[in-house]
Amino acid sequence: MRSRARILSPVFIVVISIVFLVPFAFILLTAAKTEREASQLEFSLPTDWALFQNLADAMQAHDYMLVTAFINSVIITVVSVTIMVVLAAMVGYVLQRRKSRWTRVADVLILSGLIIPPAVVPTVWVLQELSLFKTLQGLILIEVAFGLSFSILLFRAFVATIPRELDEAAIIDGAGPLRVFFSVIFPLLRSVVVTVIVVQSVTVFNDFTNPLYFLPGDDHVTVQLTLFNFQSQFATSYNLLFADILLITIPPLIMFMFFNRKLVEGLTAGAVKG
Amino acid sequence: MSLELRDTAVRSRRIAWPASWLRGRRSPYPYWFYLPAFVIFFIFFLLPTGSSFYYSLTRWTLFDAQFIGLDNFKQFFEEPALTKGLTNTLIYGFVTSGLKVVLGMLLAVLLTSSVLGRAFMRSVVFFPVLVSTIGVGITFTVLLEPDQGLINDVLGVVGIQGPRWLVDPNFALLSVALVDVWKGVGLATVIYIAGIVSIPREYYDAARVDGASAMQSFIHVTLPLAWPATVTVIILSLIGGLRSFDLIWAMTRGGPGFTSDVIASVIYKQYQAGFYGLSTAGNVVLFILVTAIILPLYAFLTRREVQL
Repeated sequence: MRSRARILSPVFIVVISIVFLVPFAFILLTAAKTEREASQLEFSLPTDWALFQNLADAMQAHDYMLVTAFINSVIITVVSVTIMVVLAAMVGYVLQRRKSRWTRVADVLILSGLIIPPAVVPTVWVLQELSLFKTLQGLILIEVAFGLSFSILLFRAFVATIPRELDEAAIIDGAGPLRVFFSVIFPLLRSVVVTVIVVQSVTVFNDFTNPLYFLPGDDHVTVQLTLFNFQSQFATSYNLLFADILLITIPPLIMFMFFNRKLVEGLTAGAVKG
Repeated sequence: MSLELRDTAVRSRRIAWPASWLRGRRSPYPYWFYLPAFVIFFIFFLLPTGSSFYYSLTRWTLFDAQFIGLDNFKQFFEEPALTKGLTNTLIYGFVTSGLKVVLGMLLAVLLTSSVLGRAFMRSVVFFPVLVSTIGVGITFTVLLEPDQGLINDVLGVVGIQGPRWLVDPNFALLSVALVDVWKGVGLATVIYIAGIVSIPREYYDAARVDGASAMQSFIHVTLPLAWPATVTVIILSLIGGLRSFDLIWAMTRGGPGFTSDVIASVIYKQYQAGFYGLSTAGNVVLFILVTAIILPLYAFLTRREVQL
């Protein structure tokens, strides 16, 4: 059994590497080809490397749409994740510290936020009533609302590991609830704050469905929607389409390189407990 | 002075709460901390969800809603294009979830054993989880291209005539589901890895002393003790699979015809066509479907856990 496993494992490694790495290699190679060569959809080295030209062309296309989209996506991601972190930390903290009949209500609401698919048209209607439809602010609030549940779960689990004595000491010193939370507890949450930031910013940055519904139109295009526009308008320019894919994969790749462990930690939270 | 006070308080655990808190009027953990989060959650999630039940019973233009009873639902369950979405949603959800459980478990076992380049392999399997779904969808649409695509080329080399994938009505949904598994199996794998490494080594040692083979210790130790991870993987991937929209939209837009439509894509199509009431009815159907599957399933799966 042991020896067989030893022979098998290199085979597995090769198979897994091919299955998971070839699509990325394909993206890179196609993004580096000339338009004519890319249209053959072959998995081959480009005869003329045109990677940087293609990246530049992809960014300039449609009056720098991709650049605008990057700015919009970064604004949406940064603002919504910041709000999410502060609000979810506040909820997770009180939820963990103060058990009451509201705890149960909150549990049900959090669970509903995790499993219920958001209702599309009624959400459009609400946004329109508030004049937030097709605005960055509207989408930011939507992202916050949909991301709160998961963030609260992470914060609540982490607050449980902070000794109550710390809050009590601060309270005795005369600190009000806000000071206790923001100057004593919140700094101690750093580790989970990083986890939430990393997980949620990848989620929001990669979100396609919500911008499609709640932020239509070219004025406020986000990065995921540029792919969609390139796909229909550049039906033949596969090199630019894949240059776009390459460019929007870079931010998650950076997150992954620096915070791989945090990401895994955040996404597997609760897996062991069930 | 305050330092001294803090020390005694911690040591004695008898807290001198300010008098106003003792009277129970104010807690150091005020409920209003819930308020900002609740307001946003209520306005942008609960309110639309709640009102979807009413608007699903109407012919709706956003400005004006005319009550028409259950007509939208009748249409939803009568038109073949729409019922197809219902069955496809179930197929898609269960196929992706089942494959993620099996493959995620296999990969996790492999990647927790002493294989070469373990850390690198874990990263390789996990990375697609973080990549844009639309980007993955477009890439695989090209790779799955029946005549020119890389996948059929490779299959051709080993003598297999590959199916026509996305353009074959019988294969389109399954093709998308397989790509979904490719993208999502990394999450299942890391969840399983977390579950497997938390199993104490003693169980494996004891099994080996008793003469268990690798297979037997997998079946009798790893499988039952990694059960919480299995529950998480099943529930997470089912929730994701039943609600899935972006990958299907990027790859087939529900086609050919409506053979790979799911409820979520039907909702989008009806919304685009201006049938807001019908679209919202689709949302209600999806809501009921997801909760009617997830809640009992979760209760059932975790009940078994207690018995173990």
